[in-house]
Amino acid sequence: MVIEASTREKPSFAVIDAIVHKHNVEAGAVIPVLQEIQETYGYVPPVAIQRIAENMNVPASEVFGIVTFYAQFRLQPLGKNLIKVCHGTACHLCGTETVAERLSQVTGAREGETSQDGMFTVERVACLGCCSLAPCIMVNGETYGRLTPEAIDKIVNEIRKKEAKEIPAPVG
Amino acid sequence: MSWARDKSWLIKVGLASCGIAAGGRKVYDAFSTQFGDRGLDVKLKQTGCMGMCYNEVLVEVSSPEKERIFYGKVTPEKVERIINEHIIGGKPVTEWVIPDEEINSFLAKQTRIVLRNCGIIDPESIDDYLAADGYQAIDKILRSMSPQEVISEVTNSGLRGRGGAGFPTGIKWGFARKSANRQKYIICNADEGDPGAFMDRSVLESDPHSVIEGILIAGYAVGASEGYIYVRAEYPLAIQRLEIAIAQSREAGFIGESILGYNFDFDIKIRQGAGAFVCGEETALIMSIEGRRGMPRFRPPFPAQSGLWGKPTTINNVETLANVPWIILHGADAYNTYGTEKSKGTKVFALAGKVARGGLIEVPMGITLREIVFNIGGGTSTGLEFKAIQIGGPSGGVIPASLADTRVDYESVTETGAIMGSGGLIVMDETSCMLDIAKFFLNFTQAESCGKCTFCRVGTLRMLEILQRITEGNGKEGDIELLEELAQNVKRASLCGLGQTAPNPVLTTVKYFRDEYEAHIYEKKCPAKKCPALITYEIIPEKCPGCGLCTKYCPTGAISGEKKKPYVIDNEKCIRCGLCMKVCRLDAVSVY
Repeated sequence: MVIEASTREKPSFAVIDAIVHKHNVEAGAVIPVLQEIQETYGYVPPVAIQRIAENMNVPASEVFGIVTFYAQFRLQPLGKNLIKVCHGTACHLCGTETVAERLSQVTGAREGETSQDGMFTVERVACLGCCSLAPCIMVNGETYGRLTPEAIDKIVNEIRKKEAKEIPAPVG
Repeated sequence: MSWARDKSWLIKVGLASCGIAAGGRKVYDAFSTQFGDRGLDVKLKQTGCMGMCYNEVLVEVSSPEKERIFYGKVTPEKVERIINEHIIGGKPVTEWVIPDEEINSFLAKQTRIVLRNCGIIDPESIDDYLAADGYQAIDKILRSMSPQEVISEVTNSGLRGRGGAGFPTGIKWGFARKSANRQKYIICNADEGDPGAFMDRSVLESDPHSVIEGILIAGYAVGASEGYIYVRAEYPLAIQRLEIAIAQSREAGFIGESILGYNFDFDIKIRQGAGAFVCGEETALIMSIEGRRGMPRFRPPFPAQSGLWGKPTTINNVETLANVPWIILHGADAYNTYGTEKSKGTKVFALAGKVARGGLIEVPMGITLREIVFNIGGGTSTGLEFKAIQIGGPSGGVIPASLADTRVDYESVTETGAIMGSGGLIVMDETSCMLDIAKFFLNFTQAESCGKCTFCRVGTLRMLEILQRITEGNGKEGDIELLEELAQNVKRASLCGLGQTAPNPVLTTVKYFRDEYEAHIYEKKCPAKKCPALITYEIIPEKCPGCGLCTKYCPTGAISGEKKKPYVIDNEKCIRCGLCMKVCRLDAVSVY
């Protein structure tokens, strides 16, 4: 999942309408529409909720209700890198807490937050399904397992190094 | 399709999610580059989950004489030596080979029906699936069986729903068959939401065609023409491989109109779940496909009469459907030779937690938990004493070591107070606090409650608050009884399975580990040394060389001292996160 470039894009009605029309051929398409909106922008912009509601002829309150019901949807933009911390049973037993603590120290974002520099969004997830490699996290869609606090340092440092090499990102 | 007869070396790399997470793609690329650079004639294949997840990255090397050797924990750096010594030199690198005894003890008690192709075929190749008798079952029923005969065969096999409830699959299909409606649906429930469970994900990633074939057979049996696979969005690889498989299957004529030239049309669509545990419940799942908040509704009417868009709908779990082609091909009698009187066949489990050999296993029903933990799992990973096993995830319960001889079948597991569930098995050793586990699961179900039923919404929260209070050292007399009373009420007053089973982790831990609850309440002690409010970290001066590593990791600056002299922890500042203990290489940090 690479969303970084598009997160800075402003939501446009043309893009939202195209997504709606693509899915709206079948009944019950609100969720697939929202999923693609989020894939495009990294989050569900409030303006999109209104637009989807008008286009699909459902009350905006219902679309909003769906967004808040399902854990997948977020209403805030993402940082440049999305880190999902697995809090499954196996990870819990094998020390996710310590790994998560270290992660929030080195990224500057606690679970559910985006770091001040916009570099990292850290999310808490129920289970990534890689229980034999507990504890594990997912960074931009790639899973890392058998983690230790030291391994967290390495992963975060590598991301920072990679980001520094690229064209300096605009702030904010 | 003909690789089995080829006279060359064959390398398989396990590339399901856990293999990839352990670095499998890099290993695969390393082999690929080496073979390309050196012009070696070696067949390189990706495959799915081989089951021995604790040994990821797994690589299987087969010689032209079909001698198979498994390497465990392979890294890209190890690839060159394996090629040089094993493939060119003919001598396996013995120090990296997984010993035969280990493989045998891991596999001896297993029977692979659902996982028959997992870790063997390339999940992205329909030819591989066809070579492994794939789509033979759908061919057989279209050619020679009536829908009623298919239902009878599945009923006679004794197959029960593997999603957790254990309802007989054939009977479920029979209900939907009887519904007089021209439009019917099949839904494959792949919304595997239990934390600690990865059975369905592994099957979808390793053998997606077997699930598709199962859906087709179910569709033919009940008279449906459309199917949905409702799969978690958190499983991107499973979705990707399903999409590939559906496209291949459509092209080969197994999905679409007049399948294989017979009067049977069927189409399959994928719907991605958006992250709500309650959508594993069938009526909530239907709501979600219809594009609404996934909130369960009252039954009856059952989905078999009125389900998706008000039409008769059959919902089966991934594992249930993966069993079906095998049953059709080998017959009900072959299937029901496995298992116990009321629970036939096999069950797939995701074995994880503090177990030495965690992974994806499939065992005949009736095996004991002890055999799973010790014979297959090799005991605890820490070498500490086996304390309990958690079965069934947030809806299940904790079974203590003293009941390890419990047989794995629907009835025996239910008798302990737990449930079979979908197949999560979490092994716990003496460092696992039972209150912490109960709190962990309740925290999960409390957050996932859809909020429709008051007892599930508020009752679970009150229970969680009591548990929190106890683990923070503020428990009081009567708390255990209050928990039990609330638990019974939540069970009684909830509409769906989520609420009805949510108190199970609390009830089973109270039942089997009451002394641990009492230690927290009356002695303000956590026997497993887990609950932060009841423990203290300390640096042992004799062991501490004063390297200062722990100070770098301490998030609150609670550790101080001079270099090369023992450090000390300031208890006022310490938040008991345990980072110092984890990073100390000399075990100089203790907890009491």
